[in-house]
Amino acid sequence: MQFSNGRAGGGDGSGTADGHHEARGPASTDVSGDVRFDDPWYDALASGWGGAGQVAVPAARQEQDDGATAAEVYLEVQRSAAFRQVRGRYRRFVVPATVAFFLWYVAYVVAATAAPGLMARPVAGAVNVGLLAGLGQFLSTFLLTWAYARHARLRRDRAALELRWDTQELTRGARGGAS
Amino acid sequence: MTGNHQTLALVLFSAFIAVTLGITTWVSRDRHGSAEEFYAGGRLFSPLENGFAIAGDYMSAASFLGISGLIALFGYDGLLYSVGFLVAWLVVLFLVAELVRNCGRFTLADVVAARMSERPVRIAAGTSSVTVSVLYLVAQMVGAGSLVALLLGRTGAAAQCWTVVGVGALMVIYVSLGGMRATTWIQIVKAVLLLGGTVALTVLVLVRFHGDFDRLLLTAAERSGHGNAFLAPGLKYGADWTARFDFISLGLALVLGTAGLPHILSRFYTVPTARAARRSVVWSIGLIGGFYLMTIVLGFGAAAIVGPQAVRDSNAAGNTAVPLLALDLGGGADSTGGTVLFAVVAAVAFATILAVVAGITLASSASVAHDLYASLRRRRAEPRSEVAVARAAAVGIGVVAIALGLLARDLNVAFLVGLAFAVAASANLPVLLYSLFWRGFTTRGAVCAVYGGLVPALVLVVLSPVVSGSPESLFPGVDFQYFPLQNPGLVSIPLGFLAGWLGTVTSAEVPDEAKHAETEVRSLTGAGAV
Repeated sequence: MQFSNGRAGGGDGSGTADGHHEARGPASTDVSGDVRFDDPWYDALASGWGGAGQVAVPAARQEQDDGATAAEVYLEVQRSAAFRQVRGRYRRFVVPATVAFFLWYVAYVVAATAAPGLMARPVAGAVNVGLLAGLGQFLSTFLLTWAYARHARLRRDRAALELRWDTQELTRGARGGAS
Repeated sequence: MTGNHQTLALVLFSAFIAVTLGITTWVSRDRHGSAEEFYAGGRLFSPLENGFAIAGDYMSAASFLGISGLIALFGYDGLLYSVGFLVAWLVVLFLVAELVRNCGRFTLADVVAARMSERPVRIAAGTSSVTVSVLYLVAQMVGAGSLVALLLGRTGAAAQCWTVVGVGALMVIYVSLGGMRATTWIQIVKAVLLLGGTVALTVLVLVRFHGDFDRLLLTAAERSGHGNAFLAPGLKYGADWTARFDFISLGLALVLGTAGLPHILSRFYTVPTARAARRSVVWSIGLIGGFYLMTIVLGFGAAAIVGPQAVRDSNAAGNTAVPLLALDLGGGADSTGGTVLFAVVAAVAFATILAVVAGITLASSASVAHDLYASLRRRRAEPRSEVAVARAAAVGIGVVAIALGLLARDLNVAFLVGLAFAVAASANLPVLLYSLFWRGFTTRGAVCAVYGGLVPALVLVVLSPVVSGSPESLFPGVDFQYFPLQNPGLVSIPLGFLAGWLGTVTSAEVPDEAKHAETEVRSLTGAGAV
């Protein structure tokens, strides 16, 4: 909560970054000598690289590493198996579903222009292929909405919530001195 | 139209204004201008409330008046709007709603700027958001104007101007006094009214045809004078390949534009979590889908019962088809039933316009204050003064929208909304999707994506037959039409994506891994979300 207030709060972005830089200045020498504030995070990361996968590990380290590692926390979480699983589940649903409904919609639009004869073919009474396809768009939208909501509820929500608390714990620890 | 219509419609409409002004005062009684409160209503709405509010924000006069009118005039080709407006919500649900709720605070620029060098990105995203909002506002103002022209007959040109001015003044009052909380409650009240009115009319249409949808379609086709061609594609967009590409262009703009509309994005910030944002989208898809299904019935119903010729005589663009349908369904122009139903529909349409206008004004004033002002005059932009700027911006945007609305009053409302969607899809969607999903996206890419979509979209509109070179354009006297399509989406949306990609691959900036990690983790888990 505190973290995001600082980050997204209009002009605070650069101020926070300077704070990090100063805090790290005396403790670790900048190997690159680059003034960009994100580089120290890269340096710090190199040591923590092997620990990828355990969200719990960095917690102990925060005590010493105070202030500089909110970004490191995010990088670690991003590499953790738990997060990769949530992201994978999200993408494995969303990518095919998006491609499918978009192609189906484009096909519907293009068919109306390229093959009006086909769309005008009567099916039952006054209802023709075009009207059925239009209603089919409504139906597929409702079905995909239901499927997505169900998938997210059953397969992502719990894991995402746990990751959220873990991450927030870690960033709070990381920012203890800075904010 | 007789005096009875006017009086009753005015009474009902005044009642709506009184109720909503009451709500505005009630919800803002002891709340004093924190940004959280003004832009996001304290983030405490439930998914159900927000679902209704989203539906209220989205089901504009364009849908209620414009789509039904287009279906009444052109049959099947009007249907594209209904389908496109709904399918677009899948883009919002899958790719945008939860992630935006998790990453941002108040505006679209919050999401993009989190990863980038803040100032240029904020200015770019703020500019495009304001542009989209103003275009959308103009459409609503035109809707208000044509409704009044119908109520007061052909002689009411001055009254039409005054209505547009009055609607503008009211929305400024709502927004600047009540902020997001009042705006949301107005959306909810309006959504209920609009859905109620639509359900009633739909039932009446179906009762008239004894529940036989087939009969309805056949009668519509017969009265249209086009026969079965009325039920097939091509009546409006089938003449030549230019018109067909226009159809595809519009289709693309509709389905991709919703996810870039600032007033829709800002609605996700009014609920506490991403899960609540998702559930509100599910609610709104249900409500919006039902509503658009009913507009199809109303459109064909207007063609079958009123007849396209009568619709065209009343308003060349078809915007008045539904009120005319209501008049007929109630028993005709001289009956009590007809008068009441007509007045109810007119009042509901007014309420719709007011509510949507309030929502858009709020979103664009947020963009002005939170993005543009805060970036350009950073030193003085404390949260307290930011809200004051937002209130002032609401007034300024209202004035611009009123002026443009008076200028554009003879264009079809749904068509104008199509333009706003095209600009939103070209300028806002590429930058939003890139910054959420592309690891290598850079500041320069973001700025390029916004301007690379916004500028072509606007330039193509100016060079299109909408503005000049044909009898129906804004300036029929002159001809600087160089772009054949009315809707720029087919060209400008790919340009927006292309510009973002080009800007990124040509920039020297190394994409920031840590910030990408932060965006990705926050967007999918909600860590650190406000």
